[in-house]
Amino acid sequence: MAKKKFVVGCFDDENVLFPAVKKVRLAGYKIHDVYTPYAVHGLDKAIGLRETSLHTAGFIYGLSGTSIALGGMSWVFVSDWPLNIGGKPHFPFPAFIPITFEATVLLSAVGMMITFCYLCQLAPFVKKHHFHHRATDDKFVMVIECTSKTNVDDLKDFLSNAGASEVNVQDAEANWWIGTYDKEQVLLKDSKPVV
Amino acid sequence: MSLLRYESQLREPLIDGDKTYHDVTEDICRPIEAKPGKLWYVGFYISVALLLFGIYSVYREVAYGIGQWNVNHTVGWGWDITNFVWWIGIGHAGTLISAILLLFRQTWRNGVNRAAEAMTIFAVMCAGQFPIWHMGRVWNGFFVLPYPNTRGPVWPNFASPLMWDVFAISTYFTVSLLFWYSGLIPDFATIRDRAKTKFRKFSYGIVAFGWTGSTKHWQRLESLALVLAGLATPLVLSVHTIVSFDFATSVIPGWHTTIFPPYFVAGAIFSGFAMVQTLLLITRKILGLQAYITLGHIEAMNKVIVLTGSIVGCAYLTELFIAYYSQNQYEAYAFFYTRANFYSSYGWAYFGMMFCNVAAPQIFWFRKMRRNLWVTMFLSIIVNIGMWFERFVIIVTSIYRDYLPSSWPYYYSPSIWEIGFYVGTFGLFFTCYFLFSKYFPVIAIAEIKQILKVSGESYKDKMDKLEEDTVEAFAHATAH
Repeated sequence: MAKKKFVVGCFDDENVLFPAVKKVRLAGYKIHDVYTPYAVHGLDKAIGLRETSLHTAGFIYGLSGTSIALGGMSWVFVSDWPLNIGGKPHFPFPAFIPITFEATVLLSAVGMMITFCYLCQLAPFVKKHHFHHRATDDKFVMVIECTSKTNVDDLKDFLSNAGASEVNVQDAEANWWIGTYDKEQVLLKDSKPVV
Repeated sequence: MSLLRYESQLREPLIDGDKTYHDVTEDICRPIEAKPGKLWYVGFYISVALLLFGIYSVYREVAYGIGQWNVNHTVGWGWDITNFVWWIGIGHAGTLISAILLLFRQTWRNGVNRAAEAMTIFAVMCAGQFPIWHMGRVWNGFFVLPYPNTRGPVWPNFASPLMWDVFAISTYFTVSLLFWYSGLIPDFATIRDRAKTKFRKFSYGIVAFGWTGSTKHWQRLESLALVLAGLATPLVLSVHTIVSFDFATSVIPGWHTTIFPPYFVAGAIFSGFAMVQTLLLITRKILGLQAYITLGHIEAMNKVIVLTGSIVGCAYLTELFIAYYSQNQYEAYAFFYTRANFYSSYGWAYFGMMFCNVAAPQIFWFRKMRRNLWVTMFLSIIVNIGMWFERFVIIVTSIYRDYLPSSWPYYYSPSIWEIGFYVGTFGLFFTCYFLFSKYFPVIAIAEIKQILKVSGESYKDKMDKLEEDTVEAFAHATAH
């Protein structure tokens, strides 16, 4: 995949980061991503990401677990191999509830985990470009994508003024699996405000 | 002064000392990057020795048959299933801390959830051994799985609580493992990114799955954690409920009671928290993590212990009352002759259980006792002994006098290989725990950073400057 040019600004504190994100978006720059050492609440909304649909996927997986378990057990007990167990009914619905519940939870959890890894492009031996090696320690790293119109020097100054403690320019192959960010990032001026 | 407060002025801090984000990383990664101390090696080798003894005991049982154990015609479940229920119960505290407390937004869980969840996984691994090897012909163990086979096809009986157990425990193990691992990914990435040796960078790189800390990924991870917590909450209640069904759906006096599910779940959480206390008191001391697992954390867990211990005590008394009130002679025999009777063969187990589970934890009504490390350590072990007695009382005293007096056995006591098997699971548990404490971040690094500024001791003053802004100014700067 083609390499792109990014301007990287590192922030030391999320209280500086939030106003900076707002300034950058108001100025019309395209935030590629912000890398943080922990889940900063509200940052996803601040950079204009839509809500994730992962939980919907989890619901669908759970529903399929319910139907597979209930359908499977009913088929076995009623049609495939009806057994007379102490004269009890062939379709003992209450006795099916525990396994149905467990299968629902199992399929939902496993399915969500696989979907999560797929969407986030996470797998063993995956190598990605890291914009800053302390993004997983204590730095909040804002990465801005340069388009043909971007004046790189202006942008660097802009980030420094917004409070970045360290600014640099990097060439990187950012989206090598599926171009999630290209689809989801919407410039602030083109989008309706979230809050 | 703004109405917005970053820090609660009333609550005790959850992170002691003057910490920055980088300090948190340093403190938690230090034990992983340093060579383990002498104590670690001593503990690890003892655990491995116990594990080897357990493996030999299991070998005896498989090679020579179930007769290597002293289980007999009426006491068919003996130590083996006692230990199974005990270990499964231990596991429950981890899920309670990681899932239920997440849903209730109890931020103190962030300091203890990683180790507690690891404990869950190791305890379920130990628990799983017992029903598997109890099968006797363990090479036919796959018969419990529902698959179209060449034997008919004969399917397992899906209406049997023993079958429910297979599903419940395998699901519980899988979901706990996924929940635990999803939280570990960002922390592995932290270790990878600060690794000094090539080998460490490579190996943690594999397990970190290429995590970068992207905002979108965090958003999805938070969503995943919340839904998994929502799923794990009813799951953890269902697991011990189903374990209690193994007994409650039978017609044996002493087992056949509707109080079993809630009583088992409360007991499980009770014993699990005791085990968490034992492990964390040692871990925080040896790894020097007192700033993250504070006295406040220990006190909070002791409160859970006194609550669940009292619930269990209520259940014991209810059982006794119902045995009297039902006027059922078999029920009364089980409770007033074989159990609550100083002169019966197993009266010692019943009164031991009553003392350890009901009387002893009441000491935690006193704040001073809840915050005393020695008392906590001692009580946590007492509680675990008591909970083992509980399972022993339920299983053995109910079946050593069955309906046919001619098959009433002599006094049941375990053989050396039964004991060896139990000791071996301690070996397995602690071998895993020692490896965990060396190679894994025992505290969730990212989750501690998340609460650092709202629960860190030093931030009570540091946030003052920000709190001086008016609400409007704050909202204006950060609104989007």
